[in-house]
Amino acid sequence: MKLAIDRKFVPLMVTIGLFILLYIYGIVQYKGFSSPQVFLNLLIDNAFLLITSIGMTFVIISGGIDLSVGAIIAFTTVFSAFLLETMGWSPAIVIPLVLLIGVGQGAIVGGLIHYFKVQPFIVTLASMFFFRGMCFVISTDAITINNEFYRAVALLRIPIYGKAFISVNVVIFLVVLVAAMYLAHLTRFGRTIYAIGGNEQSALLMGLPVARTKILVYTLNGFCSALAGVVFSIYMLSGYGLNTVGLELEAIASVVIGGTLLTGGVGYVIGTVFGVLIQGLIQTTIMFQGTLSSWWTKIVIGLLTLFFIGLQSVFASANRSRMAARTQKQAPSPAADAGLAANAAKQ
Amino acid sequence: MEDNCILTMKGISKAFPGVQALSDVDFSLHRGEIHALMGENGAGKSTLIKVLTGVNRQDAGTIELDGKEMLAKSPLQAQALGISTVYQEVNLCPNLSVAENILIGREPHRMGGIDWRALNARARKILTWLDVDIDVRQSLGMYPLAIQQMVAISRALEISAKILILDEPTSSLAVHETAKLFQVMRKLKSEGMGIVFITHFLDQVYQIADRITVLRNGNLVGAYTTAALPRFELVAKMIGRNLTELEDMSRFRAETGRHIAGEVLVEATGLGRVGFVEPLDLTLHAGEVLGFAGLLGSGRTETANLIFGIDKADSGSLKVNGAAVVKHGPLNSIHQGMAFCPEDRKADGVVGDLTVRENIILALQASRGWFKFLSKKKQYAVADKYIQLLSISTPNADQLVKNLSGGNQQKVILARWLATDPKILILDEPTRGIDVGAKAEIQKLVLVLASEGKGCVFISSELDEVLRTSHRVVIMRDGAKVAELAGDEIDEQAVMTVIAGG
Amino acid sequence: MTPSKSWWERLRHSSLFWPVLVLALVMGFNLIFTPNFFQLEVKDGHLFGSLVDVLNRGSPLMLLALGMTMVIATGGVDLSVGAVIAICGATAAVLIGHTTDVTNTPLPLVIIITLGVAILCGLWNGLLVSRGNIQPMVATLVLMVAGRGIAQLITDGQIITIYYPPFFFIGGGYLLGLPFPLFIVVAVFFFAWLLTRRTAIGLFVESVGTNASSSFYSGINEKNIKLLVYVFCSFCAGIGGLIISSNVKSADANNAGLWTELDAILAVVIGGTLMTGGRFSLAGSVIGALLIQSVTTTIYAFGVPPEVVQVVKAMVVLVVVLLYSEPVKLGLDKLAKRKEVQL
Repeated sequence: MKLAIDRKFVPLMVTIGLFILLYIYGIVQYKGFSSPQVFLNLLIDNAFLLITSIGMTFVIISGGIDLSVGAIIAFTTVFSAFLLETMGWSPAIVIPLVLLIGVGQGAIVGGLIHYFKVQPFIVTLASMFFFRGMCFVISTDAITINNEFYRAVALLRIPIYGKAFISVNVVIFLVVLVAAMYLAHLTRFGRTIYAIGGNEQSALLMGLPVARTKILVYTLNGFCSALAGVVFSIYMLSGYGLNTVGLELEAIASVVIGGTLLTGGVGYVIGTVFGVLIQGLIQTTIMFQGTLSSWWTKIVIGLLTLFFIGLQSVFASANRSRMAARTQKQAPSPAADAGLAANAAKQ
Repeated sequence: MEDNCILTMKGISKAFPGVQALSDVDFSLHRGEIHALMGENGAGKSTLIKVLTGVNRQDAGTIELDGKEMLAKSPLQAQALGISTVYQEVNLCPNLSVAENILIGREPHRMGGIDWRALNARARKILTWLDVDIDVRQSLGMYPLAIQQMVAISRALEISAKILILDEPTSSLAVHETAKLFQVMRKLKSEGMGIVFITHFLDQVYQIADRITVLRNGNLVGAYTTAALPRFELVAKMIGRNLTELEDMSRFRAETGRHIAGEVLVEATGLGRVGFVEPLDLTLHAGEVLGFAGLLGSGRTETANLIFGIDKADSGSLKVNGAAVVKHGPLNSIHQGMAFCPEDRKADGVVGDLTVRENIILALQASRGWFKFLSKKKQYAVADKYIQLLSISTPNADQLVKNLSGGNQQKVILARWLATDPKILILDEPTRGIDVGAKAEIQKLVLVLASEGKGCVFISSELDEVLRTSHRVVIMRDGAKVAELAGDEIDEQAVMTVIAGG
Repeated sequence: MTPSKSWWERLRHSSLFWPVLVLALVMGFNLIFTPNFFQLEVKDGHLFGSLVDVLNRGSPLMLLALGMTMVIATGGVDLSVGAVIAICGATAAVLIGHTTDVTNTPLPLVIIITLGVAILCGLWNGLLVSRGNIQPMVATLVLMVAGRGIAQLITDGQIITIYYPPFFFIGGGYLLGLPFPLFIVVAVFFFAWLLTRRTAIGLFVESVGTNASSSFYSGINEKNIKLLVYVFCSFCAGIGGLIISSNVKSADANNAGLWTELDAILAVVIGGTLMTGGRFSLAGSVIGALLIQSVTTTIYAFGVPPEVVQVVKAMVVLVVVLLYSEPVKLGLDKLAKRKEVQL
């Protein structure tokens, strides 16, 4: 019995194992890799990707997908920069406003997907186009953020121990992570997301609030991407429409590598975190290596994603044949059989 | 007093485009009774249930629950009112744990979060009451269907259902699992629950049901006390016609049985697939009908799949037309002159969005490959020929197949395979979902084909069909071939004895 | 036995009805509001004018739409066409080299190798989907990501400019007064039509897209059908890549063919092929592509900046997809039935 439970965690174990392996390789190969700041930098540099990937995890667990997150992040940075610099608004208004836009976008997308029964990827692809376009409608050039609050937050270093430090963004990420894990495992809402991903039709028949939950999932994801956008604005101190192009794919890759099934119903938020960290690690390793160009990262990530998807496929078909074999081999009792057969014949 | 009546449906009528599914049907359910709802396919059983549970709205008639008028606008509402349904496919979430499936939507909470310990304990309690002992923390998908059904029933209990509807619950169950289910049903009945039991297994109805309601073609035939209704009468009411046509068939078979040509078309030696079919030997001769008898899950379809090449065998060899089979697969089998009418016509047979014409010529075209295209004229000719031959009811050959009734869809699939002019025909449940008149037509057709020198494999869950149509019968049990009877050896008693084991 | 419906009914139910109607509306709009839209003039023996522009600039999109049609008809999608365009542009540029007026490789060979690379990309996608049983969106997503990296590799991270005039003929040349790309489109369309309607391939694609399992049971090699459609899609993208890089006279691994996936999918959906697979219409997709191109040209004619065009396109995609969605179709059907009853 115990073994069967463990089987559920195998993909997660593989991911964490891969991360550890890569890290050990880095430490062995390169001087300076063993500094704890290297690990913390992974968090600092990828805080925005971590936050949006967490949102994406929920969407994929529910059986959907969202291709617009990169565009939402970029739009958030551009719109924030515009409001802060060109309009001179205060962060106290700007930040809630952009978060609200993210939430609104998510709600609309979720509503369209559920009520019109259209495939998520096309609705979110259209949303992606829309927001990318809006970035350039607001400004074709990059806008630097000079706002004091943003600058102060960006420069803030929170010491952990010794010389190691993290940024405010990492704290934001950690809060999101804890909230996400709580949602996924301790709330009815979270469990309903898993149910919908497992079998939406059944979830409906079981009386679960499918419509509301689906829309909320996309709303939540919209919030996460907008929040990631705020974090990115702080990190880069600029707003630019060409920011984070292709980020949605990195987010999806992280989720897949983290062990979440693309078909939905199975996945862990913590797995996604490791998925992002692995990507960051590969990038860091290539940087340390010095000679390889950075677009090798893209190719490696692509292949890694493929590998994990392949793993998921193999896993899924192994499960299917195990269950098929199980339902085949029932051992009926002869006497009862005779009774049944006798009556079947008399029809 | 009719206060014992927990549910009263009066004068229910429901029409869908092109078909009157229900006309003026009454149905009542008492507290603490098991009431069987019976009828052939298309009789209106599922429509009645859909109306009751809020999936569809009736055109006319009233529904009263516990004396009060009730109108459920959705399954969710019906559930809230106390009517729970357990469908054949169970409709739970296999990725969630057993406990979660039972309690999701009503989980116990503690300090702002789900109390998993309490959740698991409550789930365990319900299952123990039903006498089911499993680890509730495991994913539901890990358990066999019989257990999943118990979980579905537990969920219904948790929601404190007053009425439990079981839709064909025993179709995929082994006998001991069915017995267990009946045990549970009796317990629920003793607690005052009203159970609607939809099934086509006569024996089970007589084992467990207190009353029987029979529907036919959307009309109510009647409601009867089980004890007062002999089996033969029940069948007569369900079918609504006499059985002489079927007797003619036996005579026809007996005659053609004397004309078996004898040339071996298919020879399987030690053919098997681990987990599905134990290695078996099989021969099919030209001019004969080889029937496959056995219970659901005995491996008949799996064996057919092996012969046709849908699945790859792990062991043994297969010779078709005297030559060993190389590059096994549907296309190759078609080239060898084989045809295969699959069991699940919706998933594996019908291509719904294509027209009748396209569906009929599909296999024929596949056998010709990508480039030898049949001209439109030829396509229409072939289609029209078989529409006539099989009396397929369709306004024209350009009708989309998904708009045809189940029985006509089955005929289209049959036409598809006949169009390839095969020497060997494997028919898996070819009469499923077809009205009795058409059933007889098809059985006769099979015998006619055999008399023309073809070899036919005939698989059916209805034993009398198999017996009536076959010259030889192969009996399967638990994935293994256990016996083979021929000619005069074939009679009900003998077959049942073999199926029962000995 | 053919159905007897009034010509109006048949027209209304034809899958080309809506796309042609909307195209006519756009043209009508231009007729009234856009000055000189329909003006054609001949310069140096070449035909010029907004209409010609639409056909010319729309050629790569028409090709992509043709390729994408059959992929969508099998119930799949190909998100990598933009990346394939980049890869092919890069291949051609590298093969030609950047010496003025001279090419390192004979032009016919350049074309053959480039298209060969495109076919390889199609094989990659097709094998992942048909043999690997990976969801099409995911399988093609991989090439969409990695493909740009591969294109970068080929160009060594640079934008390569091409200085070889004969190459420019592909995208910018004129034949019989009309832009050459138009002839390419006609040729590919004719080839596609032959392939799908004069052989069993079209029927098999529609069958596989409707029900792959039933098609398998009927003896259709659905794996190879799926493989074929992805190869054809990438092949069309390769031709599109040649036209595009010929027009911009360079190969830009990052920007070539960017966002063309959505345009192609939109064109196919407008043309009446359902995203869930089944029946497809090559003519519909071409009309869809023309529609998108005319809308784009119309908007530009009004001096609207390109960013806004992207926003407008996004909203159009959404509206079209919603219009073709099931709930809307059911609603419209009900309306139609009510009208029929009243008659």
